[in-house]
Amino acid sequence: MRDWFKSGAPWIWLNAGAAAISLIMVFGLIALIAVRGLSHFWPSPILETTVHHTDGTEERVLGELRNTEVVPVAVVAAMGIDFPEDQELVTRYLIQLGNRDLTGRDFAWFVGDLMDEWQFPDDALVLERTEWGNFYGYLLRVKEGDQVVGEGEAAWEELFPRVARAGDLRRQIHRIERFDIGAINTQMERIRLDERSLRARGETDPAAFERLRERRAELDQQYAVLEAERAELYERIARDFLVAESMDGREVTIPIANVVRAARPNTMSFFEKLGHYFDKFGEFVGGFPREANTEGGIFPAIFGTVMMVLLMSVVVTPLGVLAAIYLREYAKQGPFVQTIRISVNNLAGVPSIVFGVFGLGFFVYWVGGSIDDLFYPERLPAPTFGTPGLMWASLTLALLTLPVVIVATEEGLTRIPRSVREGSLALGATKAETLWRVIVPMAAPAMMTGLILAVARAAGEVAPLMLVGVVKLAPNLPVDGNFPFLHLERKFMHLGFHIYDVGFQSPNVEAARPLVYATALMLVFIIIVLNLTAIAIRNRLREKAKAVAE
Amino acid sequence: MNEIGTEVTPQAGSNIKSLLPKAKQRERLRRWRGFKDGTSRNVVWAGGVSVIVALGLIFVYLFSEIVPMFLPASIERASEYRPPLPEDARIVHVSMERYREVAFALAKDGSYVFFRPATGLPILEGRLAIPDGVEVTAFGHGEPRTRLSVLGLSDGRALAVRDAYSLTYPDGVRLVTPKIEFPLGEEPLPVDPEGRRLIEVAIQEGVRGFAMAAATDDGRLLLSQFTARRDFMTGRTTLDVDTVELPSLDAGITRLLLSIDLRDLLVGDAEGRLTYYDVSAPARARPVDSRQVLPDGFEVSALSYLLGTVSIIVGGSDGSVTQWFLVRDDQNVRHLTRIRDFDPHPAAVTSINPEYSRKGFITADAKGNVALKFATSSRSLMMQNVVNERPISHAILAPRNDGLFALDADDLLHYYEVDNPHPQVSFRALWQKVWYEGRSQPEYVWQSSSATDEFEPKFSLVPMTLGTIKAAFYAMLFAMPLAIMGAIYSAYFMTPRMRGMTKPTIEIMEALPTVILGFLAGLWFAPFVERHLPAVFSVLILMPLTMLVVSFIWAKLPRGVRKAIPDGWEAAVLVPFIILTGWFCVEMSPHLEIWFFNGDMRQWLTDQGITYDQRNALVVGVAMGFAVIPTIFSIAEDAIFNVPRHLTQGSLALGATTWQTVTRVVLLTASPGIFSAVMIGLGRAVGETMIVLMATGNSPIVNFNIFEGMRTLSANIAVELPEAEFGGTHYRILFLSALVLFVLTFFLNTAAEIVRQRLRKKYASL
Repeated sequence: MRDWFKSGAPWIWLNAGAAAISLIMVFGLIALIAVRGLSHFWPSPILETTVHHTDGTEERVLGELRNTEVVPVAVVAAMGIDFPEDQELVTRYLIQLGNRDLTGRDFAWFVGDLMDEWQFPDDALVLERTEWGNFYGYLLRVKEGDQVVGEGEAAWEELFPRVARAGDLRRQIHRIERFDIGAINTQMERIRLDERSLRARGETDPAAFERLRERRAELDQQYAVLEAERAELYERIARDFLVAESMDGREVTIPIANVVRAARPNTMSFFEKLGHYFDKFGEFVGGFPREANTEGGIFPAIFGTVMMVLLMSVVVTPLGVLAAIYLREYAKQGPFVQTIRISVNNLAGVPSIVFGVFGLGFFVYWVGGSIDDLFYPERLPAPTFGTPGLMWASLTLALLTLPVVIVATEEGLTRIPRSVREGSLALGATKAETLWRVIVPMAAPAMMTGLILAVARAAGEVAPLMLVGVVKLAPNLPVDGNFPFLHLERKFMHLGFHIYDVGFQSPNVEAARPLVYATALMLVFIIIVLNLTAIAIRNRLREKAKAVAE
Repeated sequence: MNEIGTEVTPQAGSNIKSLLPKAKQRERLRRWRGFKDGTSRNVVWAGGVSVIVALGLIFVYLFSEIVPMFLPASIERASEYRPPLPEDARIVHVSMERYREVAFALAKDGSYVFFRPATGLPILEGRLAIPDGVEVTAFGHGEPRTRLSVLGLSDGRALAVRDAYSLTYPDGVRLVTPKIEFPLGEEPLPVDPEGRRLIEVAIQEGVRGFAMAAATDDGRLLLSQFTARRDFMTGRTTLDVDTVELPSLDAGITRLLLSIDLRDLLVGDAEGRLTYYDVSAPARARPVDSRQVLPDGFEVSALSYLLGTVSIIVGGSDGSVTQWFLVRDDQNVRHLTRIRDFDPHPAAVTSINPEYSRKGFITADAKGNVALKFATSSRSLMMQNVVNERPISHAILAPRNDGLFALDADDLLHYYEVDNPHPQVSFRALWQKVWYEGRSQPEYVWQSSSATDEFEPKFSLVPMTLGTIKAAFYAMLFAMPLAIMGAIYSAYFMTPRMRGMTKPTIEIMEALPTVILGFLAGLWFAPFVERHLPAVFSVLILMPLTMLVVSFIWAKLPRGVRKAIPDGWEAAVLVPFIILTGWFCVEMSPHLEIWFFNGDMRQWLTDQGITYDQRNALVVGVAMGFAVIPTIFSIAEDAIFNVPRHLTQGSLALGATTWQTVTRVVLLTASPGIFSAVMIGLGRAVGETMIVLMATGNSPIVNFNIFEGMRTLSANIAVELPEAEFGGTHYRILFLSALVLFVLTFFLNTAAEIVRQRLRKKYASL
């Protein structure tokens, strides 16, 4: 024992343990997100059981199992939940009951010992609705207006095509509301602003105002047409209803217009489930959010993140590369440049929120406010660029990631052997020719690495964005069909902020939780892929540098 | 350049035909290339320098945003005139409206005038209905926001007036129309039933109606309450006056103050005392507390409430200016307490008047000085002589603190422009304990906004600074052992194959968005910890124990088994045991709770008097530690890995065990690198925003309890900056905290970088 201790082996093992724990934590974290995020789209079975409360009442329960815990009875008692007397530990289950519109409670904990055995009835119905969350119950019949078109098993056959039809109609309505009417609104707004600026300029020519009035009348007419079309679609979508029985025995009539997806998960085959899975996953990636972001898709967030990162890259790459080339190739190396180099390097370690503060004060209020005064006086006091938006967010993040690009590029430039430079100069090339024809192409992969790292950092950064342009729900994407197509002044949605907002600001956190995991998984995936690419490029680069050196 | 060969030039007349372009063309090409070279240099120079300047601009800009907070206030003379009142009228009251377009002056003979403050030109003149043979003997005013004044008359009656302004925008241009109002009727109301001369009056309009306090020339103290009653039958309003006589004082009364809730009456007297009457039930009103507020021989020459009528500013004939308010003691009795002293005046203080929307005030003295002061920050923002050596009878501020009137003894009105945007900030207000209104002792508090107008903003950065330190401390406590020990193992013991996998994995972890860590910490880990508290602590004990036990058993295993797994794979061997231990601890958690903590550890902690928040420092420590581990690991690992081989080989050759080599040679050599790793990790922990934002309750508390949350500087910025008014004091204080973060992390990183560079040089020389 003493020898063992003296050999130092226990210390080595403790160190090994620390390394092992770090690794377990990384993989555990990624596995946790992956499992929770991916399982969200898989249809889970619906269980039915009866809970015998200790006060003698009984409650029929139908829903999906969400969580299981073993806890001491004292904990359960403190939460005001019933428990059987003579026990120390109880198992409790979190069950999603849905039917928020009927009972007001979406989720509930039940103690296992008070439950009957679980059953998984074949015809249990789950509806994903556009409002009030999920519905769990049993399908009774399907109606068209007041006409019953199917009952029992026939009702199921009637249900699915009608849900699909409602989905089509909803998409058409969405298209009209979002794009067609949106375009008209944009033009209307422009006319209003034109009018204001005419007034502000003291324009007296009535013809100018008349022209605007004509344009407006024309748009009003177009709007009326769309409005009629929309009204008709609304009428058509309101045709079908379904009647279902909820667990408290009530008969509920639900307009099929509100049903996004209907399913009988307990009878689904594996491939049906797979279909359901990809359908939901597709909606998640390509759809717009519903119900205060707790349901539906995250397309605007993905789009906003990508747009912002793209704009940032456009700004940061040339600036970062120029700065690095200056520092490495043109500036006179000495203590001063060394100080600058260390400072730039250290800026990468400055908290991102500080950049956000700078962005808000300098870009948004100062630069943006000046732009508004100069170019958009007709819109004041409503700010155009003097408010957080896409452009300022991109610029702020560009500033934040500049050090990353500068450091990576400089590293690439340092790795190029002197001999290459000298060879080029000896052949009579000027400094510029050496630089742009020889050095920069050789250092290009390093720049690429820097850019990828910058993009990975920018994609995951949230704190500064909260100050300079991100919102929980943007009414419009930053790119659309209205001139000038790319709207730099608009606010946008962002994956990281979406996680924060849905997970912490949402009214129904429990319901939103799976979606947050899925969003987190998306973000982690993007960032890991970007980083792995950067690492791969870096490694290849090192090999190449080695080869050149030899 | 060395001549390495002779230039071959085509000789004239020779038959060698040169393929080179013509000399002229070459010249042009050379010039073109030279031009490109120069352009490239200039472009790169301009781009590089401007990028570096832009980065430097961050610091300069942040700094420029905070400087205005620490500048003193300034005033600038605008005009000076006699208000347009009858020649012999003595002015008792002046005021200004919000936009400084109209001012108001009231004279002792009952004449009043509205005039332009800039020029003194009259707008509206008039005279109050003061009966013949009666003179105005006292004057008082209510909270400035109520614009209420009262005139005490020689026949024991009083008249309340209000200078009111209505705003209209004909043709889009602002028009301020003044008028005089009589909230208690145009006729003076009897205050003293005996009809004696009133020598001091005070008025206040509260939610319960109007109240007046008055002192008579025979030394009695009276309190009148006015209740308006509306007759439902006739629709007429009648006013009930209810006057009680309060126990009087021995000394002559010099000043009266009534609080806006009509509960407190304060009396200043000629002997330098301040007496507090509780008048919440007028019939039972009595002096509760009396304090000597000035040295012997001086009298209370000016007395004023600040906004909200909580703080009392006492000005003495000795020139002193002090702040007092009522503080509750243990028996719930309120006592007058001296809160703070301000820079004194060189002569007797003659006038004190509060600001309309902040806790600041203006003071004036008998030698013609006016001063601007601010209560919360104890700042004296400026003092200036505006009337040469003559007393100032009144000094008042405009509602938006952008102008002031000083009225001298000859009734000459001096009008000044005031620039006093940020009086709330001082070193003391930010970093020291401050005694805020309504608190029983000086405290560190951050509370930047509230629903009421009378709110006193509390801008102490101490809670957030301590919160930042607390979060970083627990994060480092978690991260340092794991990261450094892991780095030692990875750099020195691990097989290259496993190291090749470990390093990139942990580096990827560094790139993980902190919003994800924060969300997991807040939504998954915090509830988990709350539910499995015993597990958290048993893991702390059991985990190292497991490792030691496994190590011991491993040493006792037969050689053959040990040989199967070579050295350097210990970490892999430990993985299943660590997972098992973790699982075991979680499974045992409810049992431990039953055995030791009456079934519910959280409840048990609460019973022990320990506050438990679900999102607490423990959760933040783990989550932020998780974010910091890769940073520390990666840099420390590099430092250890790059320790020159011959050092360790020498040590081993001399017979040291590997562990001895690690502790005595490797770690000692690499310690600067490890130190810089810790510094950079600390820098990251200090500035991290999303994790603390999501994994704590963000309450700005001042303690180090691991089971309570905190608010950090960075989270505070994220929460409050979007709401802060652009350019306001709150906005600038948030900029200050950003600058503090910037400087702190920049300093930490620079220190770390310098240490690292020295280390690199040392390695190179070894």
